Amino acid sequence: MTTPAQTHRGVIHDIGYRPYTGPRLGRRYATRSLYVQSLRAAFGLGRSGKSKVLPFLLFGALVAPTLAIIAIVAFANLKQMPIDYSVYLSRFGVLAQIFLAAQAPVLMSRDLRHHVVPLYFSRPASRSDYVAAKFAAMVSALLIIMTLPLLVLFVGAMLNSFPVGDNLAHLMYGLIAAVLYALLYSAIGLLIAAATPRRGFGVAAIMGGLMITSGVSQIVRALTGGFDPVPRESAHWAELMSPTRTVEGLVNTLFDTGGEGFDRMAAPGTAGVLVYGAVIVLLTAGSYALMLRRYRNV
Amino acid sequence: MNTTVARLTARGLFGRRRVLILLAVPVLLLVISVIARNSDLDKLELAHSILGNLALGTLVPITGLIVGTGVIATEIEDGSIVYLLAKPLPRWQIVTTKLAVAIGATWLLAALPTYVAGLIVYGTADNLALGYALGTVVAGTAYSALFLLLGVVTRHAVIAGLAYALIWESLIGNYVEGARTLSVQQWGLSVTQAIAADGTVTAPVGLTTAVWLLIVAAVGATALASVKLSGLTLNGEE
Repeated sequence: MTTPAQTHRGVIHDIGYRPYTGPRLGRRYATRSLYVQSLRAAFGLGRSGKSKVLPFLLFGALVAPTLAIIAIVAFANLKQMPIDYSVYLSRFGVLAQIFLAAQAPVLMSRDLRHHVVPLYFSRPASRSDYVAAKFAAMVSALLIIMTLPLLVLFVGAMLNSFPVGDNLAHLMYGLIAAVLYALLYSAIGLLIAAATPRRGFGVAAIMGGLMITSGVSQIVRALTGGFDPVPRESAHWAELMSPTRTVEGLVNTLFDTGGEGFDRMAAPGTAGVLVYGAVIVLLTAGSYALMLRRYRNV
Repeated sequence: MNTTVARLTARGLFGRRRVLILLAVPVLLLVISVIARNSDLDKLELAHSILGNLALGTLVPITGLIVGTGVIATEIEDGSIVYLLAKPLPRWQIVTTKLAVAIGATWLLAALPTYVAGLIVYGTADNLALGYALGTVVAGTAYSALFLLLGVVTRHAVIAGLAYALIWESLIGNYVEGARTLSVQQWGLSVTQAIAADGTVTAPVGLTTAVWLLIVAAVGATALASVKLSGLTLNGEE
C-alpha cells in the first residue's frame, strides 16, 4: 500500500531534451543579418509588390535622365558632357531626398509601431548594433541609388570617347558628393523617423525639414546680398542652414565644380571649407549620437 | 459637420507635441520676414520670393500635406478609423467634417501667417499682402481637399502628395509650361494677381480657368473621397 506522500513524490524523467550545441553565430552575424534585411526592406525586396513600386520608381527616375543625356550627347555630337557628375546629383537630388523620406520610416517607425524593437534587443545584437545596422543599410541604399546614375553617365562618356582622365576625376568628385549626401541624409532622416511611430508623419517631417531649410537658406542668402549684381561672398554662409546646400557648397569649392551660375553654392574660402566640413561631420555624428540615445531605453 | 468628429480630429492633429512641429513653419516665415523688413533689397522682389516662393510655393503645400493627410490617413493607417466608421454617421459627413478641420488648420497655419508676413515685408501697399493671403487661402483649401483624397485612396498618401508638389509643380513646372496649368500653386497665384494691384504679380494661368479648376479640384476631390471612404477596405501592414 502506498502512502499519499509516495504517490506525489517528484520524479524527473529524462524526456530527451537536448540543448543547442551547434555553432552560435553571435553578435556580428545578427548585426549583419539585420543590415541585409534592412537594406532589402529599403527597396521593398522580400515584401509585397506594392512596397517595391515606390523605391524602384524613384530609383528609375534618378537613372532615366542620364540615359536621355547620353542620347542627346550621341545625337547632337557634343564635345563634352553637358552636365557635371556632382551637378547631376544636386539637380536631381530631390528624388534621393524623397527616397530617404519614404524609406527611412520603413526602416525605423515600423519596428517602433509594432513594438518589436525589444525582440531585437533580446538577441545578441546590442542597441548600438541595431542603430549601426539601420544606419549602414540606409547609407548603402542611398549610395546605390545615387552612384548608379553617375556610373551610367561615366559609361556614356566613355562610349562617346571623351577623355578618360578628366571624366574619371569628375566621377570621383561626384562619388564623394554622393557619400557625403548619403551619410548626412541617413543620419538626419533616420533620427526623425526614429522619433515617431507614425509613418506618414515621419515622411512629411523629413521632407519638410529638408525642403524648408533649403528654401530659408536661399532667402537668407538673398537677404544678405548673395544675388546682388556684385554678389557678396559672405552671403554663402547662409548655405549652412540647409544640409543639402552645405554638402553642395563644400563639394563645389573643394573640386571647383558647379559651373559659373549666379546661384552656384560655394563654401567661402579655406575657412568655409573647414567650417562646412565640420558642420557636416557634427550634424552626422550628432544625429547618430541622438539616435543611440533614442534607443537607450525603448 | 459633426462637432464631436471635428473635436477629435483637431485633437489628433494638434495633440501632444505635434502642434509644435506644425507651428515651427509659420514662426519661421515670420522670422524671415522680420529679417527681410530691415534689408535694403527691392521690397517687391523680396515679397515675391518670401510670399510667393517660400509661403505659397513651399509652406502651403507642406502644411496642406501634413494637415490633409494627418486628419484621415493616420487614422486609416493605424486602423482606428473603424471605430469612427462604425458610428451611424454618413461617410460623406465624416469626410466633410475632417476636411473642414483640415482647411481651418491650413488657413490658421499657412494663410494667416502669410498675410502677417506680407504686412511685415510690404505693408498694405498694392493689396499685395491681401492678394497673397487669399491666394494661400484658396490654394490651401484645394491642397487640403486633394491630400485628404490621397489619404483615403492610397497608403502612400504623403509620398504621392510630395511627388505632386515637388516633382510636378516644381521640377516639371519649371521646364514645361503646360504643367503649370494643372498646378494648385499657380491657381493660387492667379487669385493673387486678380487682387493685387496691376503689374505687381504675374500668373501664368488665367483667373477664370484657375477658379474653375480650383472648384473642380476641391469639390471633385471631396466627392471622390466620400465615395472611396464608403467602400473602404482596410489593408494590413505590408
